[in-house]
Amino acid sequence: MTKTAERRPVTKAAAHPVPVPPPVRDLRRRRLIDQVRAYGFLLGGLLCFALFSWYPAIRAVVIAFQKYTPGSEPEWVGTANFTRVWHDPEFSAAWRNTLTFTLLALLIGFAVPFVLALVLNELRHAKAFFRVVVYLPVMIPPVVSALLWKWFYDPGAGLANEALRFLHLPTSNWSNGADTALVSLVIVATWANMGGTVLIYLAALQSIPGELYEAAELDGANLLQRVRHVTVPQTRFVILMLMLLQIIATMQVFTEPFVITGGGPENATVTVLYLIYKCAFLYNDFGGACALSVMLLLLLGAFSAVYLRLTRSEGDA
Amino acid sequence: MSGTRTLISPATLARPRGRALYWTVFTAVVLLFGLAFLFPVYWMVTGALKSPDEVARTPPTLVPEQWHTGGYTDAWDLMQLPRHLLNTLVQAAGAWAFQLVFCTAAAYALSKLKPAFGKVVLGGILATLMVPAQALVVPKYLTVADLPFLHTSLLNDPLAIWLPAVANAFNLYLLKRFFDQLPRDVLEAAEIDGAGKLRILWSVVLPMSRPVLGVVSIFALVAVWQDFLWPLMVFSDTGKQPISVALVQLSQNIQLTVLIAAMVIASIPMVALFLVFQRHIIAGITAGSTKG
Repeated sequence: MTKTAERRPVTKAAAHPVPVPPPVRDLRRRRLIDQVRAYGFLLGGLLCFALFSWYPAIRAVVIAFQKYTPGSEPEWVGTANFTRVWHDPEFSAAWRNTLTFTLLALLIGFAVPFVLALVLNELRHAKAFFRVVVYLPVMIPPVVSALLWKWFYDPGAGLANEALRFLHLPTSNWSNGADTALVSLVIVATWANMGGTVLIYLAALQSIPGELYEAAELDGANLLQRVRHVTVPQTRFVILMLMLLQIIATMQVFTEPFVITGGGPENATVTVLYLIYKCAFLYNDFGGACALSVMLLLLLGAFSAVYLRLTRSEGDA
Repeated sequence: MSGTRTLISPATLARPRGRALYWTVFTAVVLLFGLAFLFPVYWMVTGALKSPDEVARTPPTLVPEQWHTGGYTDAWDLMQLPRHLLNTLVQAAGAWAFQLVFCTAAAYALSKLKPAFGKVVLGGILATLMVPAQALVVPKYLTVADLPFLHTSLLNDPLAIWLPAVANAFNLYLLKRFFDQLPRDVLEAAEIDGAGKLRILWSVVLPMSRPVLGVVSIFALVAVWQDFLWPLMVFSDTGKQPISVALVQLSQNIQLTVLIAAMVIASIPMVALFLVFQRHIIAGITAGSTKG
């Protein structure tokens, strides 16, 4: 209701008698009181940001250069954490897996929702039903989705192989095979998160003016040409936005590999965040964990900066 | 049906061939959605109703031969689901309350009270949007384990969920943006009537902000309920773990039907919340994205 209300400041002079200007000293005092009051309102939130956002970010950088064990005095070690982490055999596996995961998630998790949204937008019946159904997996706790698919991928009585047998196709090792594990996890992540993407694409598609399609049709453009020359350019911004958001989200994947594969088989599904977790809680190597965090932070921070840049400039336009 | 023009023109759809094609595609999509999104959920709910033998059988049965509710009752008792559900509820409700109080107050101050260095503070808050939350879990864990100055540990305490939840730049910014758009003259009128800042926030700003408060509330609840990595780190004490962590910890050595039943129970609260508020939730997701 207030989104469109763009009101200009109303001059109160007509309605209220002109107040006598207070002396300067009182004015200063009042300003001080106003400031104290403003910061009183800000205090709780500010403290939480300081403690749980700003301080940890600084600390990540500091500890990355320290030998750190909780309870004892930290020791400066220069770049030793970085070199140690770098030469860890799991390091290259974790980055390779994370990047492959992100790329696969982008290929599957990008094309499938876009096509689905395109088709859904053409359907004139049961619209609410489709929206609820596609978003349902998003509301199922990620841990439950992961455990559910772990059961589907079970080599014994798992549903995935049963479906392949039903279709007379060769069965697969799914999450238990070194070659197929990562793809299997991408399928889980896509299934669980696709709903939000589909809904956002749908909203973007609905904002395309119908006249554009009419004009294209009059010019003799067929269905595919209309998609290519009207739909895609009109939704390009949203597509780009969601791609960046998805990259940021999938580079931090943890729950699926942790629950379904435990990083295996043979490190085929260890991700960077999983490695950070292992460094800290299995190897008690907080310095190494922070060194890895800083690397991930720099990479993702760059993506986030691009994202914020784009949304900001669009919002101002 | 009337509506805005989409990819395919209404004239094409009105023709017999167009109509046949439309209904073919419609049926295909219904089947696809049923198979891809509803069937896994059906499989989970009925899997928990099968006997342990039946659930391991190949080829599997589509409908349970006999309905065993034992899986559900065992899950409820053996896995101590009431306790873990209560833990989750306490964590989510507290995070929601803390966020509403502190984020609203801070957003109000930044939007209407013109604090000195307000732009710097806002910039610092927005900068945390660029820092992906998960990448900082380890230093955040170290901070929570030994708070600076106070030197107390919040581990195994719901405060470890509640307080970091307040540092949510996205929700704070959402609130601030909404407060910015509130008509200035209404607030000024209240001030001239002698209302204090707190009074204005409580009886003028908040009643006008119901839509955004609803969105923030849903985001806050869902985020805590769905989180896994952070509670996994913070709650080593089994009795304090939320349902997500407990499920994974207990999944190793429990009968499959019991685990599946527990998974169903763990999903019910969020799915129910979604079905009740689906209009608002779907509108909230799509509204944020179409500003252009």
